[in-house]
Amino acid sequence: MTPDSTASRISLTLSSSLESVDKLEHTAEEFAGRAGFDGDVVPHIAMAVREAAINAVLHGNSYNASKQIMASFETTAADFIFRIADQGSGFDPAGLPDPLAPENILRGSGRGIFLIRAFMDEVHFRQLHPGTEITLIKHRAPAQPAA
Amino acid sequence: MSMKVATRQVDGVTILDLSGRITLGEGSVTLRDAVHDALAKGSKRILLNLGDISYIDSSGIGELVSAFTSVKNAGGELKLLNLTRKVHDLLQITKLYTVFDVKDDEASAISSFK
Repeated sequence: MTPDSTASRISLTLSSSLESVDKLEHTAEEFAGRAGFDGDVVPHIAMAVREAAINAVLHGNSYNASKQIMASFETTAADFIFRIADQGSGFDPAGLPDPLAPENILRGSGRGIFLIRAFMDEVHFRQLHPGTEITLIKHRAPAQPAA
Repeated sequence: MSMKVATRQVDGVTILDLSGRITLGEGSVTLRDAVHDALAKGSKRILLNLGDISYIDSSGIGELVSAFTSVKNAGGELKLLNLTRKVHDLLQITKLYTVFDVKDDEASAISSFK
């Protein structure tokens, strides 16, 4: 499960646990750092990955030990791409309340997807029936070679 | 690294010195327990010192909001002290910076409760 330091793509299948969330966050830091992202941007990417992983483990798979999360990191010449899929019942991202709305601002939850969208350039959802796949994309600077 | 809390009293203000990460799981629970414990002991003026918080995720942000509302509902006040740039930026992005009373100097933070 240790990422290959020279690979431009790695795939991980992990249990539905907080340890998996921490592992994906740490891997995102390493992968984004190797991809040449600025020191201010790497923590943002790692946080977006963490939030997506939390969604998969907590809201998707509900910590169910019999369900797994499938994740991949990829760098191309143009992009850093992270994908994660859960085996949950799926959800409608359009139905999420706006955490910035006055009636929601003091809610104790509901900011994960908002932060992902704030820190990444593109966010895509795909329903897997069952499960949800979320793809996070951060564009690389044009001059940077692939990792 | 999990989160740690050290509690001290200064001029009637309960200061919770937090260090580490406030994240889903242990960190958020530790913060929740510390604030509830302070309230249970009768503290109405609570200052969260976040100067040594290295990281906070959406769950941690939610826990800060929940702490704020819990203290307010109990008739008290909760303020934040010494935000790191990362935490400051997160509160700005989530438009919570103006919800919290944020201080960057402990002495003036303590006197602001009076």
